[in-house]
Amino acid sequence: MQRTVLDLWVGAFVVAGIAALVILAFKVGNMSTYNAADTYRLQAYFTNIGGLKPTASVRSAGVLVGRVSSITLDTERYQAKVAVDIDRRYQFPADTFANILTSGLLGEQYIGLMAGGDDEMLKEGGQFKKTQSAVVLEELIGKFMVNQAESSK
Amino acid sequence: MPVPRGVRAIGHSVIEAVWRIGIASRFLALTLLHSGLSWRRFQLIVKELFSSGVMSLIIIGVAGTFVGMVLGLQGYETLKRYGSESALGSLVALSLVRELGPVLAALLFASRAGSAMTAEIGLMKATEQIAAMEMMAVNPVARVVAPRFWAGVISMPLLAAIFSAMGVFGGYLVGVVLIGVDAGSFWSQMQAAVDVREDIVNGVIKSVVFGIVVTLIALFEGFDAPPTAEGVSGATTRTVVESSLAILMLDFILTAFMFRGV
Repeated sequence: MQRTVLDLWVGAFVVAGIAALVILAFKVGNMSTYNAADTYRLQAYFTNIGGLKPTASVRSAGVLVGRVSSITLDTERYQAKVAVDIDRRYQFPADTFANILTSGLLGEQYIGLMAGGDDEMLKEGGQFKKTQSAVVLEELIGKFMVNQAESSK
Repeated sequence: MPVPRGVRAIGHSVIEAVWRIGIASRFLALTLLHSGLSWRRFQLIVKELFSSGVMSLIIIGVAGTFVGMVLGLQGYETLKRYGSESALGSLVALSLVRELGPVLAALLFASRAGSAMTAEIGLMKATEQIAAMEMMAVNPVARVVAPRFWAGVISMPLLAAIFSAMGVFGGYLVGVVLIGVDAGSFWSQMQAAVDVREDIVNGVIKSVVFGIVVTLIALFEGFDAPPTAEGVSGATTRTVVESSLAILMLDFILTAFMFRGV
C-alpha cells in the first residue's frame, strides 16, 4: 500500500476521536466504577427508597462493595424491592443491616451495609432482613415542627 | 373560481418541499446502494475524511474549550447561590455530553464541512465534471457522493466526542484552576452523575444521526444545484439553513425519546 501524509493525518484524527470517547467514558462517565468482577445478587425491602437510583453504590464502612442493579415495587407488600450486586470478594453475615444513606447533606444516595455478628453468611439470592429507609427531609422537618409545637405548650 | 395568489404560492412551496424530500430519500437510497466502491477503495473515504474531519478539528477543539469555559463560569455563578459549587463538574459534563457536544459540533460541521461539500459538488456539476464522469461510464454517485457521505458519517461522532472532551477540559480549567472549586469533588460528582449507557452512548447516537442528516443535505443540495454561479451560492446557503434547522428539530425529537426522566 502506498503511504501518504494524508493517511497520517486521518489516522491521527481517528485516534484523537477515539481517545476523546475513552476519556468521556472513563474520566467523565462512570465506566471505571463498573466492576467487571464476579458479583452475587442480594435483595432488600425498603418502605421508602427516597432518591435511590439503579447503579447507586453499595458501601460498607465507606468502601465500595457493590452496586444497585434494579429497583421495583413489590405489589404484594407495597414496598420497594432493591436488588444489589455485591463483589464476590466480600461476604456479609446474615443479620447485616442495610441503610439508605446520603453522602453529604444533598448528595447522592447510597446503601450502607453494617455487618452483624451472625456466623452464617448471605448467599446468592439472599435477603437483608433488617433495613432502614431513606431519610426524607420533609418528614424530618415535619417531625421537628410537631416536637417544637408540643414542647412550647 | 380563481385561487388567490398567496394561497397558490403557499401550495406551490409545500408541494415543492415534499417533492424535494422524496428526491432526497431516493438520493440517500442510491448513495447507500452505490457505497460498495468507496469501501473497497478506502483511499477515497480517507481523502474525504481529511477534508471534512481533520480540517474541522481546530474549530471544533477551540469552540469546545470555550463553550466549556463559559459553562464553567455561568454554572459557578448560578450554583454558588445554592451553595453547591461542587456540582459544577456534573453540570458541565452532563450538558456537554447530552446536548451541547453533539448539537454544536453538528452545527459547526454543517457550516464548516457541509457548505464546502455543497459548493464543491455544485461547482463540479456547473463545470460539467459530473456529466463527463457519466460519459466515461463512471457512476458519479459511487465515485463522488458515497465517499463524502461515509466520511461525514464517520467523522461526526468523533468530532462530537472531541468537542465534549475539550469542553469538559475547559470547564475544569475555569472551575478548578481559575475559580478554585475542589478538584476531587469536581471529578467525583461528575462521575456519579454521568452514566455511560444513558448519557454518553445516547450522545454518540445523536451525533451519528446528525452526521447522516447533515451530510445528506449537503450532498443533495450540491447535486441538485442549478449549474450556475447563483445556483451554487443558493444551494450552499440552503445547506447551512436546512441542516441547522434539521439538527435542532431532530435534537428535540431524539431527546424526547432518550431522556424521559423515568
